[in-house]
Amino acid sequence: MRRIAPLAGVLALLLSAAAQAADPHLARNLAATCANCHGTDGRSAGGMAVLAGEPKDKLLASLKAFRSGDKPATIMHQISKGYTDEQLDLIAGYFAAIKPAGGAK
Amino acid sequence: MSQHTDFGRRGFIQGALGVSAMAALYGCAGAGKGKGHVVVVGGGFGGATAAKYISMWSNGGIKVTLVERNAAFVSCPISNLVLAGEKQLSDITIGYEGLAKYGIKVVQDEVLAVDADKRVIRLAKGGDLAYDRLVLSPGVDFMYDTLPGLNSAAAQQDILHAWKAGPQTVALRRQLEAMPDGGVYALTIPKAPYRCPPGPYERACMVAHYFKTKKPKSKVLVLDANEEIVSKKGLFTKVFNEQYKGIIEYRPQSELRDVDAKNRTAILEFDKVKADVLNVVPAQRAGDIAARSGLKLVNGRWVEIDWLTMGSTSTPNIHVLGDAIFPAPTMPKSGHMANQHAKLAAAAIVNLQAGLPPSDAPLVMNTCYSFVDAKNVIHVASVHAYDPATKLVQPVKGAGGVSAAPNELEGQFGLAWAKNIWADMLT
Ligand code: HEC
Repeated sequence: MRRIAPLAGVLALLLSAAAQAADPHLARNLAATCANCHGTDGRSAGGMAVLAGEPKDKLLASLKAFRSGDKPATIMHQISKGYTDEQLDLIAGYFAAIKPAGGAK
Repeated sequence: MSQHTDFGRRGFIQGALGVSAMAALYGCAGAGKGKGHVVVVGGGFGGATAAKYISMWSNGGIKVTLVERNAAFVSCPISNLVLAGEKQLSDITIGYEGLAKYGIKVVQDEVLAVDADKRVIRLAKGGDLAYDRLVLSPGVDFMYDTLPGLNSAAAQQDILHAWKAGPQTVALRRQLEAMPDGGVYALTIPKAPYRCPPGPYERACMVAHYFKTKKPKSKVLVLDANEEIVSKKGLFTKVFNEQYKGIIEYRPQSELRDVDAKNRTAILEFDKVKADVLNVVPAQRAGDIAARSGLKLVNGRWVEIDWLTMGSTSTPNIHVLGDAIFPAPTMPKSGHMANQHAKLAAAAIVNLQAGLPPSDAPLVMNTCYSFVDAKNVIHVASVHAYDPATKLVQPVKGAGGVSAAPNELEGQFGLAWAKNIWADMLT
């Protein structure tokens, strides 16, 4: 998938448009599966990393590194393998757009 | 997820039009605003989460009433730490006040009956309550009819389950405190499926931890109806045999047939076991209100549901969550899973109340953290995605797993998990 930037951008748009056509709330629903540990909308109540407002690239890099085993983990290596690349992309995009605390619903 | 992988520009345009047309139709971009009245019965991990997420995801468009018989939520996860004297009941008790900011009306009452045709439930104190959709999250009730000697209020006062956290947790803690050093605590485990698969083994460890530090001559006897340890077998076996060598004795294939409550004796097929503290976790089925509302049950015990909506397969406009349902393959009955059922149902209900179809690709995941002593924890995790061929959520191959060994880092994550999931459902 490492192509010239504009093409990658179009592809990402296409992918997210297709996903949205299937269900406009897919990203929100998938991200909600992480909330048990990382807090509602990724606003951690303590003891777990805040995901809300984290840059999308950083979240995706962490998740991919958990999957590959490059980032040490007690559990995230096992959880991240349960989601497809497309799903992780949607989840990271969703959390990146959330304000870290208070503010937006 | 989209079925398409090789769509072209035309697919994109159609997709884009589809989304904006939908948004125009429902009057707001992105969020299809649902409406109507949803009544949620049961304020545990499933019900409280459902109430919050339906309200939140419909931006308050759907009116939500939560009916719960208890004044506050008491968590089963972490309750084994209360038994061991490591936590207090107040540490695992949370009120429902936090749900008010979502506009949720919390009613403390008991549901007597459901009239699915009229879409009305009858409350013990509050009269009739009408709904557009009903969410039942009643947990489990015990099949005391299978244990004649325990099928009376008097017997149940002495022989505790403590498998619903609250007064029973405190009472069992008192029995353990009152037991003289050198005594035997016996725990009976029913055949799977039951609520919280690793829970009994965690309890054996935590009681053994208490004995080891405070009553070192005492024993823990585990009488398991199952062929072998049901969850995290390798890890628990090692902990039983090493850390609690000489304290925990594990007996598989030891199904409880009856109880002699007066003599605190467990009656097995070929054996009778007298204990100083006898803790019976009876066989379970869907909570009463689900079991007697005419919903289709599997094996006469668990509610059959549709995995796109958590809707009852027999009765329209009723969704069922948590321990009360017939689970998908390898899916445990856990608080974490009930929370995930609730979000699946909430997303479907918000769509349905806005005239949209439910998502065709739901996904849920589970984690159970178990304490083996005051500090060290082991986990089991799994991810389950909807499979259109079987119409079930199926475990995702290659995902999930267990801890390598008990460890203190996960002791911290286990407590952080509890804090976050409690907040996710109640604040
Ligand atoms: C059962 C609890 C649990 C769930 C569910 C969970 N996480 Fe995690 N997460 C953790 C823990 C614990 C860590 C610390 C790393 C480790 O030990 O695995 C972590 C770390 C992370 C990190 C790295 C944070 C940092 O600053 O280094 C990211 C990113 C992350 N999780 C994303 C997610 C996403 C996305 C999901 C949902 C798909 C998710 N997590 C679901 C427990 C969880």
